[in-house]
Amino acid sequence: MINARVIVTLKNGVLDPQGKAIEGALHGLGFDGLSAARQGKVFDLALDTDDRAKAEADVAAMCEKLLANMVIENYAIELTQA
Amino acid sequence: MKTALIQLPGLNRDRDMFAAIRTISGHDPITVWQTETELPDADLIIIPGGFSYGDYLRCGAIAARMPVMRAVAEKARAGVCVIGVCNGFQILLEAGLLPGALMRNASLKFVCRQVRLEVANNRTAFTSGYEAGEVINCPVAHHDGNFFAEADELARIEDNNQVVFRYAEGTNPNGSIHDIAGLVNEQGNVLGMMPHPENLIEPAHGGTDGRRLFESALGMMATA
Repeated sequence: MINARVIVTLKNGVLDPQGKAIEGALHGLGFDGLSAARQGKVFDLALDTDDRAKAEADVAAMCEKLLANMVIENYAIELTQA
Repeated sequence: MKTALIQLPGLNRDRDMFAAIRTISGHDPITVWQTETELPDADLIIIPGGFSYGDYLRCGAIAARMPVMRAVAEKARAGVCVIGVCNGFQILLEAGLLPGALMRNASLKFVCRQVRLEVANNRTAFTSGYEAGEVINCPVAHHDGNFFAEADELARIEDNNQVVFRYAEGTNPNGSIHDIAGLVNEQGNVLGMMPHPENLIEPAHGGTDGRRLFESALGMMATA
């Protein structure tokens, strides 16, 4: 078994109104050192395989076909042996 | 004219669309459930608004991967006219039938009100009944209608005159880039728009500005 963690983030240059609101709230809490906040998504996937290359290819396909909208988002994959 | 109306769990404007098509054309649309792999021989396919799959993941993302959308894509490639309104627009974008993406409204608020729309292109199958540059009324009701495309994509959309409706000056309710409220694909046979023309087709609605969109698409306008 391999566990995959997919992190989906907005591409640079894409406005993130939710990130902006979070940034404003953090400033309101007094975190003055904060220069930017962006919001993303995390997916944890359990895969029935021990083949790392296959797992990576499958998860990449899942990202491109559904988990990320490639028009506005990027994805990153982290694999760990379960 | 035959119209097919796509139905998916969570869509809730299908009744409004059904009533609009019935009122305008005198014919009932054929409803098509998400699991269908073939569409009836319709001249117009409509994906109505709502909250398909609860807006999970991204608005329209899961609906766009249902079997019926493969059938819609085939018909679109064959030149059949397709309209997606609100969630239907989001579904068409997620299905890759239109360029760009719709994001959370810049205000982060759900917006439900009437806006003014400028007809940016009246040389489409959907807008031939409007004057070029005409400003019409149309209601909007959405949380994720903030249209976005990267600079090169946006330039292509503009160069090809694919923008069909823009929010008239001062009424952009969601932060859409270039005030884009609705656009067509390159071939011009697939239209996606956030506003709801089906909710402004008879005097009891407070206006009839949405009516000509369906009359145009249904080929009911007298040709000049």
